[in-house]
Amino acid sequence: MPSITGVAAVDEIPGPEGPGPLRGDRASTGQLGDRLFGGAARGAGLLVIALVTLIAVFLLSQALPALAKDKVNFLTSTQWNVDGTPLQFGIANLLWVTVLCSAIAMLIAVPLGVGVALFITQYAPTWLSWPAASLVDLLAAVPSIVYGLWGLQVLGPHMGGLQAILERLLGWFPLFSGAGIDASSTILTVALVLSIMVLPIVTALSREVFAQTPSSHKDAALALGATRWEMIRTAVLPFGKPGVISASMLGLGRALGETVAVMVILSALADGTAWSWSMFNGGETFASKIANNAAEFDSPQKAGAFMAAGLVLFLLTFVVNAIARIVIERQKAFIE
Amino acid sequence: MNIQSRRRLASVTGVALVGTFALSGCGSNNNASAPSNASSSGSGGTTTAACPPGTVTLNGEGSSAQKNAIEQAITDFQNTCAGATINYAATGSGAGVKQFIGGQVDFGGSDSALSEKAKAGSTSIEQTSANKNCGSPAWNLPMVTGPITFAYNLKGVNKLIMTPAVAAKIFNGVITKWNDPAIAAINTGVTLPAEPIKVFFRSDDSGTTDNFTKWLHAAAPMDWPAANAKKWSGKGEGKPQSTGVATAVKNTEGGVTYAEWSFAKDDKLGIAQIDNGAGPVELTGATVGKSVNTAKQVGVGNDLKLKLDYATKEAGAYPILLVTYELVCSKAKDPAKAAVLKAFLKSFVAPAEQTKLQDIGYAPLPEAVQAKVASAIDALS
Repeated sequence: MPSITGVAAVDEIPGPEGPGPLRGDRASTGQLGDRLFGGAARGAGLLVIALVTLIAVFLLSQALPALAKDKVNFLTSTQWNVDGTPLQFGIANLLWVTVLCSAIAMLIAVPLGVGVALFITQYAPTWLSWPAASLVDLLAAVPSIVYGLWGLQVLGPHMGGLQAILERLLGWFPLFSGAGIDASSTILTVALVLSIMVLPIVTALSREVFAQTPSSHKDAALALGATRWEMIRTAVLPFGKPGVISASMLGLGRALGETVAVMVILSALADGTAWSWSMFNGGETFASKIANNAAEFDSPQKAGAFMAAGLVLFLLTFVVNAIARIVIERQKAFIE
Repeated sequence: MNIQSRRRLASVTGVALVGTFALSGCGSNNNASAPSNASSSGSGGTTTAACPPGTVTLNGEGSSAQKNAIEQAITDFQNTCAGATINYAATGSGAGVKQFIGGQVDFGGSDSALSEKAKAGSTSIEQTSANKNCGSPAWNLPMVTGPITFAYNLKGVNKLIMTPAVAAKIFNGVITKWNDPAIAAINTGVTLPAEPIKVFFRSDDSGTTDNFTKWLHAAAPMDWPAANAKKWSGKGEGKPQSTGVATAVKNTEGGVTYAEWSFAKDDKLGIAQIDNGAGPVELTGATVGKSVNTAKQVGVGNDLKLKLDYATKEAGAYPILLVTYELVCSKAKDPAKAAVLKAFLKSFVAPAEQTKLQDIGYAPLPEAVQAKVASAIDALS
């Protein structure tokens, strides 16, 4: 009687003379292969932890001297003067643009990705589902510079109309106010391109979890008279929720850290430009600013300032992932 | 990682070569002096690159402004001298200076000469550290001049004249329409559309911005009070690299930017004539050369550090330009490499090569400067 927990009732009844319940045949009791594999797995795990720790240590050691000399509030200032003295740099602009770009991208990509995954696993006939899935996966293989150029030269010129409409209807709301930046180079354009870049990640993982939905759940829903949509809502989506959240977090990681496409599309702002909440504004994200200036890190102080910005991106990604972990754990507890 | 391992490989071959030359003894010395003999006759006119013996790899790194020029020169040199391999990584002037001081490369490329003052946040002075690493004075050799254009995209306007004051006001956001009376006043007879001016600037720190703002600040200090810097201090939208700004202007009616000549040419942008006070000057190799001629040498002896006069009122001199330098040790540690470096730089500064550079958007050094650079190269050892 197998169940979704992977433990069958049979497993729990010991045989007349066999070992206790759920014991293998000396499965992990010091065989060479066992020890090797266990060691290798443990090593791999420790290596990743060590890597992340070392990166954090590197960022901290580079950033701290510059941070100590920073004359303005690092978190709330919008200035970025790292060439001379006094040293003044703050990340308010970078943080806002990074978060806004990624948030809009996720708002578009997650529903779309889940929809595509549901179509592929629940609606599409078998002959179509495989090619459709590979096509979406193919999106992940396009280099980001290509997305950047496409966004700037192909998508960009068509953004003017959409932005004009949004501005006219919703311009009273700061997020949609005009900012005088060419429509092909705004945060909104970048967000649209990012959403396409993130789509394959969200779709691929969601597809896998949706395909795992136990057919007993689905059959039960259908047997109770549910329509297909109701079946998806009551059986497939709740089962796949943790997977979709994981997928979104992976995608968000990509969106937050995307460099080249953002750099190519988004117009940077001149110094002293007034603060704007608008998604029709330009700006720079953490990653694009660092990449754009990496060639001219000619003093330790300057490099340190950029490393400090990198550190914030690192922490931001870390926090986002931690929140996702917590949400997934809660979700699991709820299901079980 | 990749670059590192390549470098390591290069240094290994370098060591091996030192070994072979040490074995061959004074024979190599005779050969090494050959190029300088050939060049003393060549500095007057035609020059054939004399090839030093053996296979040697030189690594250079730095300024991306001179990338196309040096790549052209490298190709030509390697076609003549099969034994020599020269790598140039255009990673930016900052990186070039750093690697040269660190002794990672045989020569550096930079848009500005090694500075004599300490940079913020560090106590070391570039020139001093470079001298120390070389064990001999490090020289700044001007090699390529890159004019910077005032590039615009305006349908139906093929000729535009700019004065420093008006340009400063445009880049400062004071003048926002193309048909502004200030622009019309210096462009009589040109119909200017009533379009908004869209300014694009370099969002990365760049030598181009530095030199362009040097001109604005020197020639129109009232309208451009900010001192020159690699980081843009005016208004507008930022785009990465020269390609970014040039493409943006090309795609934007009413767009304007500052960019190296080659990028403005490639994207077929309008190039304004500059009027520093002695009448409008069109951008040509000759007008740029005239401007370089007015530059003052601030380095001592063979250190050819130049100080350009951006506010020059000399008739027919195009004032907005940058001079890129090759940074070299006056006494190289490795004689085999020194011979190749000498031969290469010699072929680079030769009139034939310099003239060729004009086709790819650079201006040749004027003859007087060419001669000075050539004699400095002769003095390298």
